[in-house]
Amino acid sequence: MTNRSSPKFLALAVVFAAAGLTACGQKAAPPAPAPVAAPAPAKPAPLKAAFVYVGPVGDAGYTYAHDAGRKEAVAKLGDKVATTFVENIKEGPDAERVIRELATAGNKVIFATSFGFGDSMAKVAKDFPDVYFEHATGFRTSDNMRVYEPRIHEGAYLAGIVAGRMTKTNVLGFVGSFPIPEVLRNINAFTLGAQSVNPKIKTKVVWVGSWFDPPKETEAAKTLINGKADVLLQNTDSTAVLQEAERQHKYAFGWDSDMSSFAPKAHLGSCMLLWGVYYEKALNDVLGKTWKTGATKWGYREGMTDFVKIPDFVPADVKKKVEDAKAGLKAGTLDIFKGPITDSTGKVQLAKGLAADDKWLGGVTFYVKGVEGKVPASK
Amino acid sequence: MNDLALLVAATLAAGTPLALAGMGLLVNERAGVLNLGAEGLMLVAAVAGFATGFTTGSELLALIAGAAAGAIGAAIYGWLVIWLNTNQYATGLAVSLFGSGFSAFVGIGFVGKKLEENPVTGVPLLRDLPVLGVALFRQHWTIYGAVALAGGVAWFLYRTRGGLILRSIGESPSAAHALGYPVRRIRLVAVVVGGALCGLAGAYLSVIYTPLWVEGMVAGRGWIALALTTFATWRPARMLFGAYLFGGVTMLQLYLQAAGVQVPPEFMSMLPYLATVLVLVIISRNPLWIRLNMPASLGKTFFPGS
Amino acid sequence: MSLLSPVIAVVLTAVVGAALFAALGKDPLSALQVFFLEPFHGTRALTELALKSTPLILIALGLALCYRSNVWNIGAEGQFLMGAIGGGGLALWVTTEAIPMSPWAFFPLVIVAGALAGAAWAGVVALLRDRFNANEILTSLMLVYVANYFLSWLVFGPWKDPDGFNFPQTVSFASQTELPRVIRGMRLHWGSAVALLAAGGMWLFLFRTFAGIQLQVGGPAPAAARYAGFSSHAAIWTTLLTSGALAGVAGAFEVAGPMGQLTPHVSTGYGFTAIIVAFVGRLHPLGCILGSGVLSMFLIGGELAQSRIGLPSALSGVFQGVLLLSLLACDTLIHYRPRWSGTR
Repeated sequence: MTNRSSPKFLALAVVFAAAGLTACGQKAAPPAPAPVAAPAPAKPAPLKAAFVYVGPVGDAGYTYAHDAGRKEAVAKLGDKVATTFVENIKEGPDAERVIRELATAGNKVIFATSFGFGDSMAKVAKDFPDVYFEHATGFRTSDNMRVYEPRIHEGAYLAGIVAGRMTKTNVLGFVGSFPIPEVLRNINAFTLGAQSVNPKIKTKVVWVGSWFDPPKETEAAKTLINGKADVLLQNTDSTAVLQEAERQHKYAFGWDSDMSSFAPKAHLGSCMLLWGVYYEKALNDVLGKTWKTGATKWGYREGMTDFVKIPDFVPADVKKKVEDAKAGLKAGTLDIFKGPITDSTGKVQLAKGLAADDKWLGGVTFYVKGVEGKVPASK
Repeated sequence: MNDLALLVAATLAAGTPLALAGMGLLVNERAGVLNLGAEGLMLVAAVAGFATGFTTGSELLALIAGAAAGAIGAAIYGWLVIWLNTNQYATGLAVSLFGSGFSAFVGIGFVGKKLEENPVTGVPLLRDLPVLGVALFRQHWTIYGAVALAGGVAWFLYRTRGGLILRSIGESPSAAHALGYPVRRIRLVAVVVGGALCGLAGAYLSVIYTPLWVEGMVAGRGWIALALTTFATWRPARMLFGAYLFGGVTMLQLYLQAAGVQVPPEFMSMLPYLATVLVLVIISRNPLWIRLNMPASLGKTFFPGS
Repeated sequence: MSLLSPVIAVVLTAVVGAALFAALGKDPLSALQVFFLEPFHGTRALTELALKSTPLILIALGLALCYRSNVWNIGAEGQFLMGAIGGGGLALWVTTEAIPMSPWAFFPLVIVAGALAGAAWAGVVALLRDRFNANEILTSLMLVYVANYFLSWLVFGPWKDPDGFNFPQTVSFASQTELPRVIRGMRLHWGSAVALLAAGGMWLFLFRTFAGIQLQVGGPAPAAARYAGFSSHAAIWTTLLTSGALAGVAGAFEVAGPMGQLTPHVSTGYGFTAIIVAFVGRLHPLGCILGSGVLSMFLIGGELAQSRIGLPSALSGVFQGVLLLSLLACDTLIHYRPRWSGTR
C-alpha cells in the first residue's frame, strides 16, 4: 500500500460533486416531513413533539419504557399531536446537534430522556424561546425548560417488602449501575422496605459500571448469589439478573417494565416506570397553553410508578403489606425516607421526625444502615 | 473453600466466550490476518444464534447457526482483505460497524423474547465431588468444549501438516507461495474458521450465558478477545489461561465489591492490558523469541507474484 | 478509472440502501436525500458537518503519515483520549483556579496540552517499538483500553465535580476555556481551521520535503531506510509522535469545544473511525478532509433519517457499513486490479 499517485484524492471530490449536482436537481422538492399522524385539512395542525432517547427503543428496558409512554400519550391525544423520536444518541456533543435539529424542524416540545443530555438541552433552549424543553432526571430549569422524574424508589421500597419476607438467608442483593443519588435511593429504599418487615436484613451491592451489559449483569447476579443473597434487585436495564436468579432457584424482580414472563419461578414482582401519564400531561400543557416551568416528581400516587404482578406463591399477608404501603403512598401518609435515617457508618442523615424533601433526596450519596460496604468514591 | 470453588466456577463460565473468540482470532492471526471486526461478527452471531434457538428450541442448532453467521461475515471480510487487498484494519472496523448495525436491525423482532432453557447437568459422578465438583464439574458442556477446542487447535497447529502450512503462511506468505501453497485460499479458510469461532462465542453469550437478545449485548468482549491473542502470544493453551485470567479479574472485582472491599475497579481492569504490553515487550526483546512466538506477517497484505 | 471508484461505491450503496428503504416502506428517494443532501443544507448544517469532521481530519492526517511510512498505529483512540485528558486537565485547572485569561490566549495553550498528552501516549508506543521491538499494532491497541480506564478513573475519582451528585463528570469549564467560535451562535470553532492548516502542512511535508519523501520510501524497515538516508529510529519516532500529537489535539478540541467538560463519553470512537477515514481518503491529506466529510455526512445523515423519516438507527448503521465496505472494496478493486485467474 505504499505506491499511490497523488491526484487520487480527486476521486473523492467526485462524490461531493455528484452529491452537489443531485442537490441542484432536487431543490424544487424539499423533503416531505413524515409525521406519525397525517394532518387533516380542516383541523388545526397537530402539535409536533420529539423524543431524544439515549438507548435503542429495542433495549427492553429504560428506553423501551419511554417509548411505551410516548405511544400511550399519542393513543390518548390522537391526531392532536404528531411525535417523532431519535434513538441511540450518545451523551456528548452529538446530543446538542440532534436537539437543535429537532427544534429547527418545528417541534414545539422536545423530551430528552437521559441525565447527560441536560447541558446540551439547556444550550439549545436558550436559542429557541418558543419551544418547550423537557429533561428527564435532570435538575436544570429555565423559562422554557423543565425537568421530570419518577419516584422509582417507591417501586424499590415495595419490592423490598416482598424481598424481606421471601428471603431465607436475610441477605438481599442489588446490582447497581453507577453510584448516583437516583440509584443509591433505590438501594436504600429497597433495604428500608425489607427492614420494615424483617429487621435482620442485610443488602449486598455490586456495581457493574454500566446501564447495560447483560453478560456482566449475569456475572454480578452470580456473585451476589454466591455471597448468600437470595433475593435480587437491579437497576440495570436488562432481564439478565432475573434470568440468572431463575436459573439458580432464587428470587428477583423486574425493573422498568413487566418482566414476569422471563422468570415464572423467580419473579416476585416488577417495578414499573410509566412515563405515559407525564407525557400526556406535558403535551396537554402545551396544547392548552398552561405549560409552566418547574420540576415534576411523580410516583405511585400520580400513576408514574407501580409495582405489579406479585405471583400467587407469595403469602397473602405479604401482599397485604404491599397493598397497605401502596395505600399509604396514594394517601400521602407513607414517607419512605423518614427520620431517623442512619447511614452505614452510623451517622444520622435525617433527624428523627423529619420527612425527606426533594433536596435531601437529590443529595443521597450514602448507604443506609444494613447495606454492606461503602459507596464507591464517595467523599 | 466453597466460596473459592464458586469463584472458580464463575470464572470458567465468564472466560469461555473470550476463549472461544480468542481461539478463532488466534487461528486468523496465525495465518497473518488481524480481524478488528470480531465484535461485529460476535453480534451478528449472537442474534443469529438467539433467533435460531427461539424458533427451533434447540441449543445445538442455535450454536451452529451462530458459528455459521460468524463464518459468513468473516468470509465477506476475508474476501475483501485477501482478494481485494483492502486494508485489514479499516475493513475490520467497517465490518464491526456493519455487524452492530445489522444485528440490531434484524434483531428488532427478538428483543424481549425468552428462550427455553435446558437445565445444566454437568459431568455425572464428578459433579458430586466436594469442592472440585462445585468448581469444575457443574458447568455447561460448552465450557468443556472450549478446553477441548484449545487442545484441538494446539494439536492442529503443532502436530499436523496443515498447521505447519498455516503457521508458515503467517510467518512468510511469499515463501509459502514460492513453495506452491495456495496462500490466499488457506488464509481465507483460516479467516472463515476464525469467524465461526467468534460466532460460537457470540451465540454462547446470547443463548447460554445470558439467554436474551438486545442490541450491543456483546459489550466489548470481541475487543478483549483481540487483546487476548497477544497476551497468549498466539498459543492455544496460554489463550485458555488468558481467557480465564481476564474472566477471573472481572469476577474478582465483583466478588471484592460484594465482600465490601474497596478497590478502584478501573485499575484492576487496566491490569490485564498492561500485562499484555509487558508480555509483548518481553517476547519482542529477543529476535528468536519473536520468531518463536509471533506471526511475522500479521496484518500485512499479501500480493502473490509481487 | 480511479476517479470512478468512489462513484461506483456510492451508487452501489445507494442501490442497496434504496432497496432496504423500499422494503421498509420508506420512500427510497427521500431517504437517500436525507443521507446525502440534508447534511449540506444551510449554514448551520455545514458548520455542524465541519465540526464533526474536525477531530476526524486531525487524527486521520496523523494516521496517513504513519501508514505511508509503514508504521501501523491503530491506537489513535487512546491518543485522542489522552489529549482530551490533557486539554481537559488544563481547562479544569484554569476553571478551578479562576485564572483570568482570554479564550484566544487559552486556545494555543490547549493545543499544546492536547498535543503533548497525545504525543506522550504515542511516545510509549514508539519507545516500546524502538527500544524493545514490540509490535506497534498491538501495543497501540492495548494502550487504548488503558487510556479508557484512566479517563474513567479520573472522572469517577479525583476530577469528579464535587457538586455533581456523584455523576461521572468534571465541573463545566469556565468561559475563558471555550474555543473561539468561527460564526457567532454556531458551534464551529477555530480548531477546524487548525485542522485544515494541519492538512496543508502535512501535504507540504509529505510531497514537498525531502524528509517526507524519504520517510515514505523507507519507513521503519531498517535496511531500506538506511539506504534512503532516514534512520529507522527517526521514522518511528517522527510518525508516532506526530500522529499522537494530532490525535491529542483533536481530543483537546473536543473537550474545550463542543463538550465544555470531561465525561467518559468524550469520544464516540473517533480514533477508530479515523482509520476508515484515512483509507477512504487514500492516505492523502486532502483525501482525509474529504473522507472525514463523507463519514460525518453519514453519521449526521443517520440522525436526520431518524428524525425526518423515522428510520431506525440500526438501519443507518447497516447503511454506513455497506457504504464503507463498498468504498474500500471499489477502491482497491480499481487501484490494484487484482487478477482473478492464475493466483491462488
